[in-house]
Amino acid sequence: MCRLFALTSRDPVSPMRAIDALNVMKEGHDGSGVGLYLGGLGGPFEDLKDHPILSGIFTEAGLRRLDEYMAGQGFEIRHAVRFAPRSDPPAGTPRRGTYAAIAYECPAAWDELADDERGRRLVRTRLALRAEGEQTGDMMVFSFWPDTIMIKEVGDPLEMGAYLELGREELHARRILAQGRQNTNYAINLYACHPFFIEGVATMTNGENTAFVPIREYLMSRGVEGYSGYQSDSEVFTHIAHFSTRRLGLDIRAYKHVITPLSDDEMRQHPDREFLQSLKRSCRKLIIDGPNCVIGCLPDGTMFMVQDRKKLRPGVVGGDPASGVFAFSSEICGLNAAIPDRDKSKDFQPMHLDTAIVGPDCREVVQCSQNDPLPLQR
Amino acid sequence: MLTERPVTPATLGVKDLPWQIKWDIATCTNCGRCTAVCPVSAIEFGVFRKREIIAPMGLQARPSNTFSVYHGIRQRTDPAYACIGCAMCNMVCPNNAIEPVRQYDSTTLEFHNNRGGQPRTRGGRRNSGESLLDQIKFIRISMLTDPALDAGRHEFDMRTLLGRVLSPEDELRCQRENGWKPPVREIYPLVIGGMSFGALSPNMWEGLQMGVAYLNEELGMPVRMCTGEGGCPPRLLRSRFLKYVILQIASGYFGWDEIIHAIPEMKEDPCAIEIKYGQGAKPGDGGLLMWYKVNKLIAAIRGVPVGVSLPSPPTHQTQYSIEESVAKMIQSMSMAWGFRVPVYPKISASSTSLAVLNNLVRNPYAAGLAIDGEDGGTGAAYNVSMNHMGHPIASNLRDCYKALCVAGAQNEIPLIAGGGIGKHGNLAANAAALIMLGASMVQIGKYVMQAGAGCVGSEKDRCNVCNIGVCPKGITSQDPRIYRRLDPEQVAERVVDFYLAFDTELRKVFAPLGRSTSLPIGMSDGLGIGDRDVAERLDIKYVI
Ligand code: SF4
Ligand code: SF4
Repeated sequence: MCRLFALTSRDPVSPMRAIDALNVMKEGHDGSGVGLYLGGLGGPFEDLKDHPILSGIFTEAGLRRLDEYMAGQGFEIRHAVRFAPRSDPPAGTPRRGTYAAIAYECPAAWDELADDERGRRLVRTRLALRAEGEQTGDMMVFSFWPDTIMIKEVGDPLEMGAYLELGREELHARRILAQGRQNTNYAINLYACHPFFIEGVATMTNGENTAFVPIREYLMSRGVEGYSGYQSDSEVFTHIAHFSTRRLGLDIRAYKHVITPLSDDEMRQHPDREFLQSLKRSCRKLIIDGPNCVIGCLPDGTMFMVQDRKKLRPGVVGGDPASGVFAFSSEICGLNAAIPDRDKSKDFQPMHLDTAIVGPDCREVVQCSQNDPLPLQR
Repeated sequence: MLTERPVTPATLGVKDLPWQIKWDIATCTNCGRCTAVCPVSAIEFGVFRKREIIAPMGLQARPSNTFSVYHGIRQRTDPAYACIGCAMCNMVCPNNAIEPVRQYDSTTLEFHNNRGGQPRTRGGRRNSGESLLDQIKFIRISMLTDPALDAGRHEFDMRTLLGRVLSPEDELRCQRENGWKPPVREIYPLVIGGMSFGALSPNMWEGLQMGVAYLNEELGMPVRMCTGEGGCPPRLLRSRFLKYVILQIASGYFGWDEIIHAIPEMKEDPCAIEIKYGQGAKPGDGGLLMWYKVNKLIAAIRGVPVGVSLPSPPTHQTQYSIEESVAKMIQSMSMAWGFRVPVYPKISASSTSLAVLNNLVRNPYAAGLAIDGEDGGTGAAYNVSMNHMGHPIASNLRDCYKALCVAGAQNEIPLIAGGGIGKHGNLAANAAALIMLGASMVQIGKYVMQAGAGCVGSEKDRCNVCNIGVCPKGITSQDPRIYRRLDPEQVAERVVDFYLAFDTELRKVFAPLGRSTSLPIGMSDGLGIGDRDVAERLDIKYVI
């Protein structure tokens, strides 16, 4: 099983804080890989909030072709963090080349475009680069979006932290999703490593998705660019979150109603029963059957955690409003490592009906139950 | 038979018949029950002459003869009276003195069952033992990576949707704008398929209806039953139980005058309307109710004269093009009930199924598509249609589901699969396999007759005389002297029994797959089969 740890903080913090927490939970994962999503960036990217950042891993040749390709498309580099590890990689980790996060100025022709269209083009660019990299083997691209950096590598999280010097100031971020991987289900492939990301929505998931195939088929038939890949059965959770919030315009509190709708008996008591029944029927193909714990982050910096309906995976949320730091963790020991001085009595473990939400202001954990009335849907 | 008796081409001996009667002189008491019960008069009371030669020892005494007579059972060899193997004779015999025995090497009758130039017609099934569905295995078992579910204790949502489900975007828009939403029913995924009042005896129909009502009202299982093409008894049309009924309209429109006139008096809407364009047992043929079964009651319900055969045309008379046929009829039927009732077509599985489906995807009123595979049963059809016409259900269904996935409509148009489900009694396994291949629900007919009423028909050409009104069990007969054998209450009980057993078995399949909050429609990664070609064709795993 993977171990998950997410931090959301008022001020930028080092990703190592999350990696250390993963390390504490080491008994629960085999350290076969690590995945990081960084949002709300501090450091040099703080002032480049509107510029899409491309993150990935490149060989020398890959970097050259990337530059050619991006220039050809009319992108200009605004700031680049290119990190080529000096030391030898730990055993089991291949030497790959340069880990890059490059912020671009979009082509001038994009200025007139609506946000949706810009978003689509960014996704298209990422997919094109990824496809090219898959053919030539010289680049891997994980995200291309403003205020977002993604890092994935095989190997023990703590060793990776040292090897890739993840404590660097330029990587400090307010939203951090970190995952320590247990590689049981599929062959090692960095694209199969959580967190997954699409258009500002990132999630990572614990457990196995038994309804993977029908969900994948359904998402792929939505005609949304970027609903592809699926090297991991967890990638669908990201896309369902994206579909619910971006495509359907639902509040994140409705996400749980999409993946684990109420039973009819429960629904009868609910003030929004008509809406919920419509949602349940029309999104029937997106119903999951667990066992899963999903932790995610939305474009506005909201973080959330939900569980499946009956099998449940460990998950706890807690934090300190005074310092403005909250964490979502697979295990309490991880939470203790990252935020030792919090009020532990306020820790919350979401159950089968709950969604735990921490807003971008990092002031409190909002707990909502599926039995609660829903906010008006856009 | 005397040796000089003329031997014609169609003169058969008992050895030429597939079913041969074994009769035991030692235990027979000549009570006559077997000859009385035999539905096809295949056996008669026989007087046999017997000569015994007495040859004493020695040279003086001459041998002598004695002649005696004994009585017993004689099997007739006229092809018109060939034994059908129903074994009713055995069932009624107090001494177990008689039974039919199937002889697989006796095939001569097959060449002579077309006397007078009339090809063989019969009821029943395809008479082929093969079943692809039985070979499909469920290979994804939750164990350590995913905790297994407990089939007995977890909550399972076993219902499915019948009706046009909107896409999430459209559904939310309708919700916002208070627009019209197509009607959708939440029903149990095992539907009693169309068997008409007329094909079935009144007792059988009543039993099924009672069983269905009990399942709904006492056990909370939303089971539905389709009428088949034969109308619906007037009282049922005006009762609250109509909501458990799917009314079928087919090319003969039998009973629809009555139905349309009853609409203003209906207390409830029917569950759905099924427009039959074809059925798996006899693709390309319309329904057929032979004259033997058209008595006063049937004639009244169907609005026809007594004692005439009722062949429905192979297509609807309104049919001009697919748009005309399907779109207009769906619309007319929807309109009749104020767009409150789902309307869907039923077709025989065929290489043209995809064309029909593509048409439905574009029709916003189409509530689903029922596809009936070659193994479907029927009350009456030509032997050749039954045995050789049609398309197996598995690949046809799979193709249709995949086409829906490409169109993005896999949640919008439910596919209803039928034909050969539970052929060998493996109802839950077969149904689960079809659901995981993409069906939203399955329809069964023969299984209902076999499990619900003790139909003795089998895939080995046993019985199968449903067409001529002599059903030995009273299931498909319209003769009160015969159908009184069938107690409707007991049929209802059996229906409830097999539904409950099915429900448990289905959970036993789905729980280890880790699925309980919704039916695993299209979860093909859980299926495997030990035949590489089939695996490739159905896009499931090849396992040996
Ligand atoms: S098996 Fe049926 S058809 Fe044959 S002799 Fe007995 S009762 Fe008649
Ligand atoms: S028992 Fe009745 S229903 Fe069954 S095959 Fe014989 S005639 Fe048909």
